[in-house]
Amino acid sequence: MNIRTKSKVLDQPGIRRSVQRIAHEIIEKNQGLENVAIIGIKTRGAYLAERIAESMAGIEGKKIPVGALDITMYRDDLTEIAEQPVVHATEIGFDITGKKIILVDDVLFSGRTVRCALDELIDFGRPANIQLAVLIDRGHRELPIRPDYTGKNIPTSKKESVEVRLKETDGSEEVVVVEAEKEER
Amino acid sequence: MSIIIRNGRLVDPKNGVDEKIDIFIDKGKVQKTGKNLKDKAGTEIDAEGKIVAPGLVDMHTHLREPGREDKETIETGARAAIAGGFTTVCAMPNTEPPCDTRALAEYIIEKAERTKLATVLPIGAITKGRKSEQLTEMAELREAGCAAFSDDGDSVKSAALMRRALEYASMLGALVISHCEDRDLAGDGVMNEGYWSTLLGMKPIPREAESLIVERDVCLAERADARLHIAHISTAESVEIVRRAKKQGLKISAEVTPHHFSLTDAELKSYDTAFKVNPPLRTEKDILALKKGLKDGTIDVIATDHAPHLENEKEMEFDHAPFGMTALETALSLSVENLLTEGLLDWPGLIRLLSVNPCRLLGYGRGSLEEGAVADVVVIDPSAKWVYEKEKVFSKATNSPFLGKKMTARVTDVIVSGRETLRNGQMKY
Amino acid sequence: MMKEKKKHTWRHKDLLGIENLSEEDLVLILDQATGFKEVLARPIPKVPTLRGKTIVTLFCEPSTRTRASFDLAAKRLSADTLNIAASSSSFLKGESLKDTARNLEAMKIDMIIMRHECAGAPHFLAGEVNAAVINAGDGFHEHPTQALLDIYTIREKLGKFKGVKVSIIGDIAHSRVARSNILALSKLGAEVTVCGPKTLIPAEMEKMGVRVVYGLKDALEGADVINVLRIQLERQKKALFPSTREYINLFGITKEKLDRHAKEDVVIMHPGPVNRGVEITQEVADSRYSVILDQVTNGVAVRMAVLFLMGHNKNLEQKEVPTKLHN
Repeated sequence: MNIRTKSKVLDQPGIRRSVQRIAHEIIEKNQGLENVAIIGIKTRGAYLAERIAESMAGIEGKKIPVGALDITMYRDDLTEIAEQPVVHATEIGFDITGKKIILVDDVLFSGRTVRCALDELIDFGRPANIQLAVLIDRGHRELPIRPDYTGKNIPTSKKESVEVRLKETDGSEEVVVVEAEKEER
Repeated sequence: MSIIIRNGRLVDPKNGVDEKIDIFIDKGKVQKTGKNLKDKAGTEIDAEGKIVAPGLVDMHTHLREPGREDKETIETGARAAIAGGFTTVCAMPNTEPPCDTRALAEYIIEKAERTKLATVLPIGAITKGRKSEQLTEMAELREAGCAAFSDDGDSVKSAALMRRALEYASMLGALVISHCEDRDLAGDGVMNEGYWSTLLGMKPIPREAESLIVERDVCLAERADARLHIAHISTAESVEIVRRAKKQGLKISAEVTPHHFSLTDAELKSYDTAFKVNPPLRTEKDILALKKGLKDGTIDVIATDHAPHLENEKEMEFDHAPFGMTALETALSLSVENLLTEGLLDWPGLIRLLSVNPCRLLGYGRGSLEEGAVADVVVIDPSAKWVYEKEKVFSKATNSPFLGKKMTARVTDVIVSGRETLRNGQMKY
Repeated sequence: MMKEKKKHTWRHKDLLGIENLSEEDLVLILDQATGFKEVLARPIPKVPTLRGKTIVTLFCEPSTRTRASFDLAAKRLSADTLNIAASSSSFLKGESLKDTARNLEAMKIDMIIMRHECAGAPHFLAGEVNAAVINAGDGFHEHPTQALLDIYTIREKLGKFKGVKVSIIGDIAHSRVARSNILALSKLGAEVTVCGPKTLIPAEMEKMGVRVVYGLKDALEGADVINVLRIQLERQKKALFPSTREYINLFGITKEKLDRHAKEDVVIMHPGPVNRGVEITQEVADSRYSVILDQVTNGVAVRMAVLFLMGHNKNLEQKEVPTKLHN
């Protein structure tokens, strides 16, 4: 499959600014960080959650609990996907019951990943509420899910896809819209 | 009904013939052989590029009748024999009931005669009911037509009884064929003991289960001055014992099956029960020893140990499936592929092992194409390639690991007592 | 910088033995198992991964712990499980394994976990059905998931395989655990020693790439891991060893022998069930060296990983067991 990069929608400072803004919004909406914890969806959501937590610590002088969620086992498309999923461990080192949980992912698309994450989170306990933060919202929702905090809205076509590249996983910092030139299955 | 076979390479090792000459058959006998015969015959066979040889003789066949006609009958077995080039087969007595009386021996002979296919020579049991308790009436069995004696499937359990059997048979000049297997040592084993049994976790049969009884029976035969034939020899040690005995001048002979010189125990890694045979498939080292034995004359005979079983009996856990594979229709090709094309033997050598020597050991006046001999003849296309397909098997059973495999050399015509039974690959009866 | 490793894909329809697996396959299972082990520690230790899948445990030989471990693993993954206990040769009375296979196929089962007293029985079954077949022990041949949980435990304790010295003590000849462990450990670069009475060491053992010793001292010295096999007391009746007493004297693992010959931080494993006081003393089985209970926990995680890989497998190579040409 030939993949063509169409456009770069965020660069390194852009990502940094979005993370900072989300951090501010979370603090504002929750009137501080009392009883707040943050959990990222693996892999990139987990790194973003870590960054948002860092950023909030810079503002409020307090590091909140950070967790990482691997949603592979909750996916509803396991029987359909061609590629074999790899299971990683979920790392939530704290009790989520009664907490305000900020769930973080890189790109919000159909909403199915978030659905999996909600199912999984609820198996860990009963949070006071769950809020959703995403770096990119690219539309095309298939489930009634909307983000509470959005880094950037990027209207896309279904043929396109959005790639978030982070230095921890990809060695670079950018968000690009790519398009597959030819579909091959 | 006269037949003339022209332009073939006549291989008749007993008479030292190996040249391109014609053969004229009439009244059940070979009438004459010679270059460019002018005679006219009812049937003309053009054997250009083919081998013409005395009909093959299998010293070791399981026809299952009477008792297990669901697996094979005398008729289906005789048909498979013809397809494989065998004009005579020796039926082992481990039927139900075992062939231990004149009535049973005669039944087998008559039943075979009616098929008009291969000649069947019964082998009489050594002991009544093959129970290793009492000797059979060997003299009468011989008179009824039994070609030799064997409790094949088992060794005669006690050395004392085997001694008596050898003594008694030697008095009659009869050949005793020994299935050499120490049941205690073999236990409930299902394959050769070695690297593969260890890796596959299968119950092992030590090689000594065979060689120990070969040694025992050779000792006893020496004392009894008896003619002893070792059935389906499979280990290097057994070959060595026979070689030594022959050097000493003892009347010991031995046979090997095509599967024992073609396959090793590594095949069992597939857990395919078609490879489950007794004695078990051995190792590369044993194959080399068997081939050496065939070349230097230690091993006298290639015999099939054709052992038909039902499909549902073999489609089982390896431990529960019966031992044995069918072999009549593949024996010649396997011999050609493994012995001839490797240059180990030539055609006269191969015909000796498959026809001349069995006849000599059995005191059976075939295996020769001299003028006046009974006309048992096989015509072989030595370079024909064919596939051993399930749909085209003549035996009732298809328990062969060679199903679906490409084979070399094919029998095209078979004449039994001057009667055409196979013509251009087509069965006449 | 954390570039993701090149992903290895599972391509086997069946798990019949360690023999058919590559080093990458083994590592993949262990890595996946880490994810599943975490699930077991959750407040609700159950995930919906195999919802809608039906898994049969077909045990033609008595077993409690392996079956329970598989059953639990399947349930933790939300699969439906059906247990069939059968005598060695028949599922229903008089029925052959082939018929059993056909019946299971007709029931639209997704996976069959099979224990059988005959080596190769799962291979036969795998050739007959489309369902994935997992070997839960066939005769003396293989017990792949036991070896997987053993190597998982070793990796957990020692963090590596290369150069790790593992001694397997006991009845090697009749042990599927030994065979699968030898194959797995060799593929991963560990050095395996086997030790037991000569009557219980199978022929040409060295060709499997192991060191064979008959003195326990030689097996204990320098070993990082000692895997003690259960000794079947009925072997004594077949004259494979003279008495339990003599076995204990020569091969029984005691604190005293460990103190004298073994490394201080040696890891003691046992596939269970333990004959306390025979192959291993109570003191050792319950000591700080012992990881016997970790093995049990890891067994569930490893089996979850296996079921997961087999349950979501779109990357099949050809069947490992050829379907018969006839029929």
